[in-house]
Amino acid sequence: MNRLRLRGLVRKEFLQILRDPSAIAIAFVLPVFLLLLFGYGVSLDAHHVPLAVVVDQPTAQTSDFIGSLQQSGYFEPRYSPSFKVARDALMERRVSGIIWLRSDFSREMLAGKTAPVAAWLDGVDANNANIVQGYLLGAWQNWLQLQADEAGYALSIPVRVQSRIWFNPALRSRDFLVPGLIAVIMTLIGALLTALVVAREWERGTMEALMASPVTMGEILLGKLVPYFLLGMGGMLLSVAMAVWLFAVPLVGSFWLLLACSALFLLVALGMGLLISTLAKNQFVAAQVAVIVTFLPAFILSGFIFDIHSMPAVVQFLTHVVAARYYVAILQTLFLAGDVWPVVLGNSVALVLMATIFFAIARRKSRKRLD
Amino acid sequence: MWARIFALIVKEFLAVLRDAASRTVLIGPPLIQLMVFGYAASFDLRHIPYAVYNQDSGYASRQLLARFSGSPVFRQVAVLRGDAQIAPRLNDKSALLVLHIGQHFTRDLLARRTARLQVLVDGRDSNTAALALNDVGGIVLDFNQQWAAAHGQRGPPAQLVTRAWFNPNLRSRWFIVPGIVALLTLVVTLLVTGLSVAREREMGTFDQLLVTPLRPLEILVGKAVPGFVIGGLEGGFIALVAVLWFHVPFVGSIAALALGMFFFLLAAIGIGLMISSLAVTQQQGLLGVFLFLVPSIILSGFATPIANMPEAVQWLTRLNPMRYFLIVVRGVFLEGSTVPVLWSQYAPLALIGVGSMSAAAWLFRHRMA
Repeated sequence: MNRLRLRGLVRKEFLQILRDPSAIAIAFVLPVFLLLLFGYGVSLDAHHVPLAVVVDQPTAQTSDFIGSLQQSGYFEPRYSPSFKVARDALMERRVSGIIWLRSDFSREMLAGKTAPVAAWLDGVDANNANIVQGYLLGAWQNWLQLQADEAGYALSIPVRVQSRIWFNPALRSRDFLVPGLIAVIMTLIGALLTALVVAREWERGTMEALMASPVTMGEILLGKLVPYFLLGMGGMLLSVAMAVWLFAVPLVGSFWLLLACSALFLLVALGMGLLISTLAKNQFVAAQVAVIVTFLPAFILSGFIFDIHSMPAVVQFLTHVVAARYYVAILQTLFLAGDVWPVVLGNSVALVLMATIFFAIARRKSRKRLD
Repeated sequence: MWARIFALIVKEFLAVLRDAASRTVLIGPPLIQLMVFGYAASFDLRHIPYAVYNQDSGYASRQLLARFSGSPVFRQVAVLRGDAQIAPRLNDKSALLVLHIGQHFTRDLLARRTARLQVLVDGRDSNTAALALNDVGGIVLDFNQQWAAAHGQRGPPAQLVTRAWFNPNLRSRWFIVPGIVALLTLVVTLLVTGLSVAREREMGTFDQLLVTPLRPLEILVGKAVPGFVIGGLEGGFIALVAVLWFHVPFVGSIAALALGMFFFLLAAIGIGLMISSLAVTQQQGLLGVFLFLVPSIILSGFATPIANMPEAVQWLTRLNPMRYFLIVVRGVFLEGSTVPVLWSQYAPLALIGVGSMSAAAWLFRHRMA
């Protein structure tokens, strides 16, 4: 390894970056653009869910119940004249659910029997329906309690659930989505930056010129790595700054630990890009592989949005080859829970292992040979 | 003219499929991803690890806990013996929730006082936490009803009974797998078209193409046909797998789906060719593909509902072909939508397709490196 030669290669790579500014765009424009879109656009918290309300016989009890739905802030009740009208509204997606209070609602309640509150939900988006169902249950229980308090009787609830939510007490989905998003974005940045750079040299024939010079293949790879690592870290810092200051995600853990883990993950992501590039030797194929192996796996298999525990065992096993999985766990922990060493160390070891494997294969596969 | 276009189409097919690696990438990974994602992408909780800290020695707490250990949603991983053991379990993620039952649980219940079940949840993944809490609530609600009935207690004055339409068991797989059909169709189409012009520009062969008698419209047709054929075949196959392998109900008409796929491919290919002709190098083309692909998936309603987005972003999703195609696919699969119902989705897709195709054809001639 010769420092002078390495410096020359790094300088050449920087000049190439400056000539085709798409690399700078990848490092700085991509994260800003995606974080803004995701940060503002993606949320799993339903609010103001439109509900069609059918009341067969309006009474004090029914309007009390509807009022409590409205006050919960989660629902936007709209009165419907009949169940049929409400059903059409549901079919046309103007409402996400129907509440039907039948004519005997008040009578049964006052007679001391259990009056049914019938609710229908649009089950097409099952996750959303589940969440709305939870809100509905909560609003209903609050209303029962209020009724009991007003009437001065004790509500007989055998067991009451008292939940305490750690790390994210308000269950703001943005607080868990934004850190996970940084992992997805860094996967893209890493792969996009390096996926084409070695293949480009092969395709344009400049690799042969490099081979004829005294530089070693190790120096060529390192020369490709250094500039893009610096660019990637810049993009990473920008993302963290936006997460903390723009989206107000609390950063409970240590910033330096976050930086160290991110550097490690960036190495894995760049290593994967370099490996793709080295193996493909052809920009077209390298680009296709990069599209296939980066975004969708990082999006679906990393635990960023879909819970890994709930996947079948085989798929859970497969998620271990997705580097973003480890980084998502580290990020969510560092941002929301703090420096939990068992989580950070375990996942960092996995990242070190992956980086080593990627670079070892890339190094082995790049020989000074023309074939 | 047709002979010229035919020759160009043959050449484009060769450009994509001649290379063994490219062939493999186009066919292998999307099908593997369909299988893996089909199982992975689900919001249905299963095997959620929980720990129990039970200070009560009575039978009521054991009855309640038996409901948790019998549920497929939860999986007991530890029995704790003190407050101090709670925090480490949640911190290192070995348990998502801890059920804490106090000393007087059974005594309170028998004395007709409200007993407390304390649930401590890891909120780092807020969606999973909220869903798990819902399930805890459901289990406790069942327990309460049975307890009240068995001990002659009066039930609550009103009872909430919920049902879900179209997807009675609220299985999110039915919602997600049709989404994956759309997702992978988009990815394959972009792989075929997103770099095709950029590659020719970088190699200089596009200039040669421009000096042949081929008109921009003919080049456009030649470049678009492989995307149609490959994207359509793979999209159709993926839809077939969704029905035959994942057993997602298919209640709508095949014609409605085919028509939707045609218009969606039109839009996706148009955008792919537009990106590709804007780019001067393949690196720029790849960046363009990602800048389109990622937001179009995130803002499509694939995983997170469009209704939860702010107004301005909701408006932006109207430019996104995925949004319309997802409604078509899910409508045809789950709700039995037919062609007349879906025109409101086909029309914007066709509009996006024609607009982006014209832009691409214009860019062929007017953007020279």
